[in-house]
Amino acid sequence: MSKVTEILKTMDYGVAPEANDQVLAWLSSKQRQFKHFINGKFVASADGAQFEVLAPATGENLAFAAQGGKQEINAAVAAARSALRHWSALPGNARARYLYAIARLLQKRERFFSVLESMDNGKPIRESRDIDIPLAVRHFYHHAGWADLIETEFPDFAPVGVCGQIVPWNFPLLMLAWKIAPALAAGNTVVLKPAEYTPLTALAFAELCQEAGLPHGVVNIVTGDGETGALLVAHDGVDKIAFTGSTEVGRAIRNATAGSGKKLSLELGGKSPFIVFDDADLDSAVEGVVDAIWFNQGQVCCAGSRLLVHESVANCFHNKLKARASKLRVGDPLDKSTDIGAIVSEVQLQRIARLVEQGRAEGAQCWQPEGAMPSYGFYFPPTLFTGVAPSSTIAQEEIFGPVLVSTTFRTQDEALQLANHSRFGLSASIWSENINVALDAAARVKAGVVWINATNLFDAGAGFGGYRESGFGREGGREGMTEYLKPRANPRTKSRASSVTAATFSIAPTVGTATAGIPLLDHTAKLYIGGKQTRPDGGSSYTVFDTKGKAAGQVGLGNRKDIRNAVEAANAASGWSGYTAHNRAQVLFFLAENLEQRGDEFAARLRALLGASAAQAKAEVAQSIARIMFYAAHADKYDGAVHSTRSRNVTLAMPEPWGVMGIICPDESPLLSMISLIMPAIAMGNRVVAVPAAATALIATDFYQVLETSDVPGGVINLVTGDRDVLTKTIAEHDDIAAVWYCGDKDGSANVERASSGNLKSTWVDGGIARDWQSLAGQGREFLQRATQIKNIWVPYGE
Amino acid sequence: MNTSVKVVTELMAPHAVRNAGMPLNLDLIADARVNLSAVERRAATLTTRRSIKKEWQAAWLIKALTCIDLTTLSGDDTSDRVTRLCAKARMPLRTDLVEALGLEAMPKVGAVCVYPTMVRSAVKALNGSGIPVASVATGFPTGLMPLKLRLAEIRYAVEEGAKEIDIVISRATVFSGDWQALYDEISAMREACGEAHLKAILATGDLKSLRNVYRASWVAMMAGADFIKTSTGKEDVNATLPVGLTMVRALRDYGEVSGVAVGFKPAGGLKSAKDALAWLTLIKEELGNHWLDPSLFRFGASSMLGDIERQIEHYVTGRYSAANRHAIA
Repeated sequence: MSKVTEILKTMDYGVAPEANDQVLAWLSSKQRQFKHFINGKFVASADGAQFEVLAPATGENLAFAAQGGKQEINAAVAAARSALRHWSALPGNARARYLYAIARLLQKRERFFSVLESMDNGKPIRESRDIDIPLAVRHFYHHAGWADLIETEFPDFAPVGVCGQIVPWNFPLLMLAWKIAPALAAGNTVVLKPAEYTPLTALAFAELCQEAGLPHGVVNIVTGDGETGALLVAHDGVDKIAFTGSTEVGRAIRNATAGSGKKLSLELGGKSPFIVFDDADLDSAVEGVVDAIWFNQGQVCCAGSRLLVHESVANCFHNKLKARASKLRVGDPLDKSTDIGAIVSEVQLQRIARLVEQGRAEGAQCWQPEGAMPSYGFYFPPTLFTGVAPSSTIAQEEIFGPVLVSTTFRTQDEALQLANHSRFGLSASIWSENINVALDAAARVKAGVVWINATNLFDAGAGFGGYRESGFGREGGREGMTEYLKPRANPRTKSRASSVTAATFSIAPTVGTATAGIPLLDHTAKLYIGGKQTRPDGGSSYTVFDTKGKAAGQVGLGNRKDIRNAVEAANAASGWSGYTAHNRAQVLFFLAENLEQRGDEFAARLRALLGASAAQAKAEVAQSIARIMFYAAHADKYDGAVHSTRSRNVTLAMPEPWGVMGIICPDESPLLSMISLIMPAIAMGNRVVAVPAAATALIATDFYQVLETSDVPGGVINLVTGDRDVLTKTIAEHDDIAAVWYCGDKDGSANVERASSGNLKSTWVDGGIARDWQSLAGQGREFLQRATQIKNIWVPYGE
Repeated sequence: MNTSVKVVTELMAPHAVRNAGMPLNLDLIADARVNLSAVERRAATLTTRRSIKKEWQAAWLIKALTCIDLTTLSGDDTSDRVTRLCAKARMPLRTDLVEALGLEAMPKVGAVCVYPTMVRSAVKALNGSGIPVASVATGFPTGLMPLKLRLAEIRYAVEEGAKEIDIVISRATVFSGDWQALYDEISAMREACGEAHLKAILATGDLKSLRNVYRASWVAMMAGADFIKTSTGKEDVNATLPVGLTMVRALRDYGEVSGVAVGFKPAGGLKSAKDALAWLTLIKEELGNHWLDPSLFRFGASSMLGDIERQIEHYVTGRYSAANRHAIA
């Protein structure tokens, strides 16, 4: 029987290998020995240290790459530093030309990079060819545009400086593009460390930089392992760290950079929900699962790894899934008919296998298709767990493999509850043909990226990034550009001196003065929690003195339990986030109105506590009122965007409040600064736990009386007076606070950043640099931007 | 989609029994949900996820060839023209290529498809070949004739010797949601067909939405269609992969409820060997190997064969071929 006749009986696909001779020739031309790319040249490690790069498809050696140490990181950072001046001073149009050239060159070598990526990473050539590399090219084109627009679109911003960038092994070149393109567009220079499993496309990219004539030192690439990365993170000469990788390492980086003043963006892990409602197009949702968890072997940070499916369709859906998964082809990444390639390394493969075993042991039903797996290399079959309890390990841990865990739900509320019951919040995929169901779920799910009836759609023009422990910062689009820019230095900022008036938190009785006649009725200032004046948990108060050293009154000495209570009150006030922007604006206007009514009283208080002149005091009150109005005005105007991504699709970029924010107010301009911080936060729908300036806390306790008369719902603003350092620590460590703003000293700033690593809350600290609250630096879009996180919702449409 | 039934990976045995249909059950299609964008994405990656090269490609193209309804449906058709087409149907590939591929015999196309008045010539020309004659009927391509005449046309074509009847549905019934009327019409046509197999042309380019395509597919199958077919070839848009995917899913769902395998025929605009591979991949992925058979799958095409011949010659010789090296119909 002829071969053709035989095939006519089996109707097999046969083999269709992508040629890799060009890549093999390239590897040979380097003797399979790779060096760092520093200051435009390829250099070996000073100590000659190397590590081995394996081909996941076979487990065999692919190359050796240089292990970067202190000397290489120093050299690379120095090169980036010295290139910065020239590069950042170039007109945006000139940088655009370089980025455009890189995009073009990469596009002209798409096949080479695709093959190299698949050999190095183990991903199917279909994916590197159709997804990774084209998206990387698109990223450079898109950001060539941003380079051109930077002066006109971001006139008040400057590049951050030298950026240290650490990328993972799952999308090596694409993640490089996500990091390098915006950094360069904004005028930064970079030192990038690729993952040690997959350094090769980054090194080929370095050659493209040479080919494009990129000035030396603008892009530096140092290869190595986690230690190399740690050296980069710790380096004093780095102004920003951008990291994509595991939550665990992200946390370590947050700790390591605390107090360094380095800007930080983290794109971390996830356990993203994939929600299938009973009115979904189930066959299409099945394909969605394929694109979610059986894409890139499931090694995708935003993989829809937690299937939540409506009870009434669960059996049917699982059966469809099994039928579909049986058709997936696991094997040689370079075969053009492969769906699932190799896991990146043996270590990862073992980790996946271990978690799957654990899932079995914990009682979930494991299903894998029959069919042969390659006998060499690192492969794992598509796996479906059903009957998975939310409490099981595999429902909570990021497996980072082709393993889907399925849980059923009864109602939409329960679906969202299950979806949101996670420390992570990277992405969500929602399947329903009912626009009400789909948009409601999209609005309620806690995730930075939401795909409706789709999954894993990406575009350079849309932001990507997570909520919660999935990190902070966005990549792509306008949101992403801001990560590589900083406001131009304000000449009027200055290092904060010690407190205006140091508070002493003595709870012992103070020396009083005898009063002639009938004494004034004692006025008891309390904490303000949940809309109520509350006695401090510790039962103590401390004395606030005026400028003459005379006791002006006593305020509650809050402790950590008061913070706990305040956070609970703030959580309970979640309805505020659901208010219409108009309603929030009305509350703020009313607040301004009432503050103005009592303006004289506040002015008097300012004069007494700060020794301000009558004019100064009056001015601060007036500015405070104006500032409330400024944010009342913004409440319904700071809104989102629709990104231009795909055709027949809207990608909505919606600013959403963090939820509960901690705000630690500075000593200077105590009324104005407190208002300048709290108002943007609540205007955007956050609820706030604020620590007012301690030494002048009577201003804050006066202020809660205004709050009480202004329809600010209880729990929206909570004021806890007391020792800033003590209260700050509790706030920064609190796992139920999503963001914290801190004004204080340098050490305090470092402490906040360090303590925030627990739940990776977003932080904004001033490093002991005081703002000029009276000036325009005390207000603006920056505050609103910091008070929100962007959720990108992808809504494909068409019938 | 129907969600109440169990999914089986490999369904029914090849087409031994005809589709007897079932009573119209609107519950099965009332909740039809087809998401256009998602279907398009799946359709777009169906072909990029699979690559068929070298001897596999040659074999797959032979398979495609055997599934072709070699068609002529033109106003200028004549008896002689149809006779020539039938000669090509008997010998679709050059004998040297057949030998080079090591095939045991000259492959045959699935059927020859003509207008009713051409059936007699075709039957005569194909005598002894085993190749069935298919006839369009029911006021092809619009179907806008009185039902009585449409049924008479079917009977005429069957009497002339057609073994398969490609009927067109009344699009109006779909737009008005009058599924009962559609069901009744097709049932009557099925009856008029007698022993001849009925292929229901949905004219998906007219139906526009994939939900309409899905529901019309179901009603046609419930009414007893042996095949569902995309297009007449005369609509603005003919067979597209998203439409094909939707019909194939309907087919699968119907099979799960009825236990019967219904055939599928994309038609119109299919010109290249590459198209053939794409559609066969769709069928293999969504339905399975046993559907890759002329009893369950046909291409309605006229020019596709020429490209298949050229590609097969390329496989055999390694040189790109020219159309004039292969016999025309």
